[in-house]
Amino acid sequence: MTALDWIVEIASWIAILMGSAFLIIGAIGTLRFPDFWSRVHAVSVTDSAGMLLLTLGMCIQAGFTLITVKLIIIGVFLFITGPTATHAVANAAFVSGFLPKGADKFRRVIKLADKEAKIAKKRKRSPLKGKL
Amino acid sequence: MFAVAAIALFIGMILVLIRLYAGPTLYDRVLAGNAFGTYTVLFIGNLGFLMGRPDFLDIALLYALINFVGTIAILKYFRYRAIGDTSPTPRGTPTANGKLKDQGYKS
Repeated sequence: MTALDWIVEIASWIAILMGSAFLIIGAIGTLRFPDFWSRVHAVSVTDSAGMLLLTLGMCIQAGFTLITVKLIIIGVFLFITGPTATHAVANAAFVSGFLPKGADKFRRVIKLADKEAKIAKKRKRSPLKGKL
Repeated sequence: MFAVAAIALFIGMILVLIRLYAGPTLYDRVLAGNAFGTYTVLFIGNLGFLMGRPDFLDIALLYALINFVGTIAILKYFRYRAIGDTSPTPRGTPTANGKLKDQGYKS
């Protein structure tokens, strides 16, 4: 085994072990965290760091072949769509009125802001209503 | 080394599946399902290396595509209660059969 082989082997070991650690950490966080928003936070670790490191380790292991190209395609696709899907879930939850745990006191503030926005919208729709 | 990654992925998949089963709300379940899809993609790719058949990467790419589209479709369904056309047509737009079309959903 030449020195280059050793370097490749060690680099892929490090990348794959770190990726596996991030994946397990993300899964434990998904299971153990107390409410939805913190679980989103835990899943995003899986989606970005763990996936990227594991794919990088496999790329290093495969060398310059067609397999590496496929792995890069998978990595780029997952790197774009994973956070997008997580954002879509979080946005859907936010629109449906979820608030973080312990943020109930802000509910009144949000309602007030909604009311003000509605009033502003009404004013915008008929700007000359009171003046004529 | 691929065996280590496979074991880690397997443990992660089991933990995420428990959250998928026990998630108190719908969004927890959708989130866990999406995470499970990501784990599946990585597991299939890893399995190809483990068994010496890297052709499995094509299947992994297919899983990634289906997973993303499926998550978005589930979210859209639970938001609008329809997967098809939910574009907000103006009230009173005449349809093909001459009737006035109602608005599809309430925003």
